[in-house]
Amino acid sequence: MPALPKLKLPGLFTGLRITFGELIKTVFPKRGIRTFIPAPSKGAVTVQYPHENESPAPRARGVIALKEENCTVCMLCSRSCPDWCIYIEGHKTKAPPRRPGGKERTVSALDRFDIDYALCMYCGICVEVCPFDALFWSPEYEYSEPRLADLLHDMDRLGEWMQTVPDFEPYEAGSDAKIRKVPR
Amino acid sequence: MHALLTGVELSYWQVSLLRVLGVLVAVVLPAGGFVYVFLFKMMSFMQSRLGPMEAGPYGSIQLLAEVGKFLQKEDIVPERADRRLFFIAPYIVLASTFLLLVVMPFGPDAYFANLDTGIFLALGLSSVSVIGILIAGWASANKYSLIGGLRAAGQLIAYELPMVLAVVGVVIQAGTLNLQGIVAAQHQGEIFGVDAIGNPFVLTQLVGFLVFLIATQAELTQTPFDMPVAESEIVTGYMTEYSGLRFLLFFIGEFATAGAFAAIAATLFLGGWALPFVDLDDNVMNVVGPLVLFAKMMLVGFLIFWARFTFPRFREDQLQAFAWKFLIPISLVNILATMALKVAF
Repeated sequence: MPALPKLKLPGLFTGLRITFGELIKTVFPKRGIRTFIPAPSKGAVTVQYPHENESPAPRARGVIALKEENCTVCMLCSRSCPDWCIYIEGHKTKAPPRRPGGKERTVSALDRFDIDYALCMYCGICVEVCPFDALFWSPEYEYSEPRLADLLHDMDRLGEWMQTVPDFEPYEAGSDAKIRKVPR
Repeated sequence: MHALLTGVELSYWQVSLLRVLGVLVAVVLPAGGFVYVFLFKMMSFMQSRLGPMEAGPYGSIQLLAEVGKFLQKEDIVPERADRRLFFIAPYIVLASTFLLLVVMPFGPDAYFANLDTGIFLALGLSSVSVIGILIAGWASANKYSLIGGLRAAGQLIAYELPMVLAVVGVVIQAGTLNLQGIVAAQHQGEIFGVDAIGNPFVLTQLVGFLVFLIATQAELTQTPFDMPVAESEIVTGYMTEYSGLRFLLFFIGEFATAGAFAAIAATLFLGGWALPFVDLDDNVMNVVGPLVLFAKMMLVGFLIFWARFTFPRFREDQLQAFAWKFLIPISLVNILATMALKVAF
């Protein structure tokens, strides 16, 4: 005769206690004398999004911001993008010499820098690969659009997000590496 | 029902209309209450979230929004389905729920039918829903539906037995199958000569109560026993091909049946609509009684849904072994003990 499924009663009761405890913790959060007033909106760990905003971690991958002046149109980001979602156009132009009496310099200027966030998969390779500190992660996340095509965000929009890029955090104690600065 | 309006003579069709409205309220109110209080809110709180909050204050009319959503949906029938059976199945399931409430007493005069074999009829009618579920599973022409329907049939038949056997203990103790009689027996009973709170049978029939609750959980296909709709194994079992209104009917049927079984459990074990210290024939109980019963139903519902949100699903063989090798022997022993004690005292 096959054995009965062994009843694990203590475990069953522990499960019931845990769910009930979570119920009590949510409905009656600990807040001094007012603990006995039900306040589920204070006890729940979730956020009622459209009414109150979540605060993402400072280094959350929300959106990619562009520092236009630093871009040299080297196309490294565009080429390394697995989704081919970065569209870059640029032209060569003359810039005034660095020192008085010097020669005029040839620089590259951006005409177009679009990222299609309908395609982007937030891998961050473009940010990693950029040698001129032009691309940064921003924790901003409210940029959805009703139309798919509108998710193609242009240079100006990407530039606005530079305001929301947080400073780099210090490395762990004992590290010799210099903390990178975000160009403002 | 007619005694609710003392002094007003009602013709037959008026009484019938009142009864239809009454049974609608008795089905829809507990179903809606269970879904909102337990499925939407209690489950959310147990998972440290708030649940629906947008429709109405604290999401209280979310249910109406859900109904509106289901009514808008296209009513899809699979090409190879047996159309007539496919259409009729949800109505059979819901009908058994409505019929369950026919014998339910809500007060001294507030009942739909006062039958001498009340609890027998209720238990018999509750198994009609198995036929509806089996029809749904077969008529859908879908392998998942068929497996779900067969699982449901096997499970509901297996758990009907412990449920009936658990009820037998109560019937022996009360000495009647009439639900009003069982309520009266609990109200007039006494514990060791003290008749303060009567004798709710949960005290003397604790084993029966627990067996009945577990069997109810299985009859309602709530989570530790939800193999017929096991969404990770067989999509949603016999409901797989249903959408729109017909899915809504299954959904209402599930929670209305939960309400009906909670009402039966409250009547059999918790004293039904009666209040201690209040005379059974008091006319006030026609109004207070339904509220008392509803409160006790919510208590039983809390137990059912608490277990539902806590435990994961059994395996199919564990389910059958649990019914046949554990619950049924225990309830048989319970009956024997009850009989012995009944004869002794």
